[in-house]
Amino acid sequence: MELRKSYFADVRQNGLNEIGQPRPRLDSPGHVTGKTAYFADRNFPGMLHLKMVRSPHHHARIRSIDTSEAEKHPGVVKVLTAKDVPHNVYTILILIQIGPEDETVLADGKVRWKGEAVVAVLAETERAAQEAAAKVKVDYEVLPAVFDMEEALKPGAPLVNEYHGQNYYLYDSGECRKVRFGDVEAGFGQADHILEQSYQSSPIEHAPTETTGCVVAPEGNDRFTCYTNTQAMFFTLDNASIILQMPGSKLHFVGGTVGGGFGGKVDVIVEPIAILGAKLTGRPVCFIYSREEEMQISSPRAAEKVVIKDGVMMDGRIVARKVTGYTDAGAYSRHSPYGAQKGAAHYPGPYTIPNVWIDTYCVYTNRTPSSAMRGFGVTIGDFALEVQMDKLARLIGMDPLEFRFVNAYRDGDMKAHRQPTEGAALIECMQEASRAANWPVAEKYMAMSSYTKGA
Amino acid sequence: MAKVPVQFTLNGSEKAEFVDSGTTLLHALRDKIGDTSPKGGCHQGTCGACSVIIDGELRLSCLTLAETCNGADIRTTSGLAEAGVLHPLQRAFLDAFATQCGFCTPGMIMAAKVLLDHTANPSREEVVEALSGNICRCTGYEPIIQAVLTAARANSQNAA
Ligand code: FES
Ligand code: FES
Repeated sequence: MELRKSYFADVRQNGLNEIGQPRPRLDSPGHVTGKTAYFADRNFPGMLHLKMVRSPHHHARIRSIDTSEAEKHPGVVKVLTAKDVPHNVYTILILIQIGPEDETVLADGKVRWKGEAVVAVLAETERAAQEAAAKVKVDYEVLPAVFDMEEALKPGAPLVNEYHGQNYYLYDSGECRKVRFGDVEAGFGQADHILEQSYQSSPIEHAPTETTGCVVAPEGNDRFTCYTNTQAMFFTLDNASIILQMPGSKLHFVGGTVGGGFGGKVDVIVEPIAILGAKLTGRPVCFIYSREEEMQISSPRAAEKVVIKDGVMMDGRIVARKVTGYTDAGAYSRHSPYGAQKGAAHYPGPYTIPNVWIDTYCVYTNRTPSSAMRGFGVTIGDFALEVQMDKLARLIGMDPLEFRFVNAYRDGDMKAHRQPTEGAALIECMQEASRAANWPVAEKYMAMSSYTKGA
Repeated sequence: MAKVPVQFTLNGSEKAEFVDSGTTLLHALRDKIGDTSPKGGCHQGTCGACSVIIDGELRLSCLTLAETCNGADIRTTSGLAEAGVLHPLQRAFLDAFATQCGFCTPGMIMAAKVLLDHTANPSREEVVEALSGNICRCTGYEPIIQAVLTAARANSQNAA
């Protein structure tokens, strides 16, 4: 493809021919011969199997837990409850000062979502662990649950997570992340048309072919080797160190080979409890999610709701944009406060709009805790924004691609969160796209450049 | 629990093991015999990652009881390369970027092998049909299909 070279002329070459060409991957020889070692390919003599007893309720107080029958089950070696976990209440992002700690490794006094881990059973075989888990008796007092973000934010809604004290994440900016730029109401006042729409998405499961898990082997020198498919090696090591109250030097993590992750393997869930099991029994331990657990228990992409109100002029300029975004964290934070925050920076889209107002809420509900997935915090926002852009173009009778040329950000433009635009290349990308897709736009747009405000 | 003896050929070599009655072939291969090339993605017959070849037929090892395999000839992806030389399918998967995370790859290669053993020059539709029981969540289906077609061409050129 012949690329135009008006932009980044000094660094762009015509000799590029990588796109569309297969390139050998360094790990492929292992994959095609079946030699690549995934964590579950490690097997140690005497390895125990860990199975979780999980909450059948969305929200309930735990009155009592009776593990006596499970402990007597043939093959059972150890049964763990909250009191066995050295630092049971944690949150992953505490490593970057995003608190408070709000999640239990094993439920203590309360469960906040259906599927929450309550008791861990370690047994000689997977079957014995499964059978014994079924014998653990948990007495629950079922509490009212809330599943809808707007319901959760209403006064009087059931409180999901006491560690927060309210059903939203409290940012230093208050109940939501805020972006304020220009005067959005004045912008709406001058607009020829105003369009307000709301967009919603459901949780999405990553469904990797290899399920989440780890294998832990106690070493002779009081260290533990943890073979894991985490996507977040050092996050996991550091959080395991906090949860287990064990110096990081005692933990040796081996990983990097992941049978599909897509963001679904960045939470620190299986490793700490498996290491604890290995420590308390002195035996190797494997904790591997069943396919059902992968689909029902592992964090999905958050459900989101995005409300966009735009003021637009008949000549195509968007003069005001107000966005309220809601991210459904489920019962615990995990990566969602960060996802919602990313949304706040992202919502104006790649457009220069003089008046912008953004609020993004990270909301707690009694749903499965959500977390990272490919571009979390921005992917659903982009869907909403670009559908909105098409609707706006239709509203004023403009070609949707030309409408984007009018509003595209260019180098030097100030973005709403006050980062000046650099290296945008959006105009040039759209020009190439217009040609490649055979979707012609007026000559004045083809003459535009990201460098200047001319044309 | 009662143990049962099982004896079969795995990639040409004799294997004998005692397993718990009810043990799946997947479990026996991976945890007893040590061939970890078949993968467990679901243990319920839906993903195809555990595919192996038993007496020339494609089988899901997670749904096959080890004790039903006495005397069988079992082939897995780990036994496909001969004297260190990759099978044309393995070569084609490498060259066509048909692996991403690689977890589905051994199962895909088994399914493709059975197809090519029965159909030397498959159509694209036949390739798609043959791989339809194997899930690739990294969704590299197009390069995988291309790899199988390329391997088929390489095979028939060698034969010619
Ligand atoms: S593990 Fe056998 S089909 Fe998925
Ligand atoms: S390469 Fe990852 S599942 Fe196919």
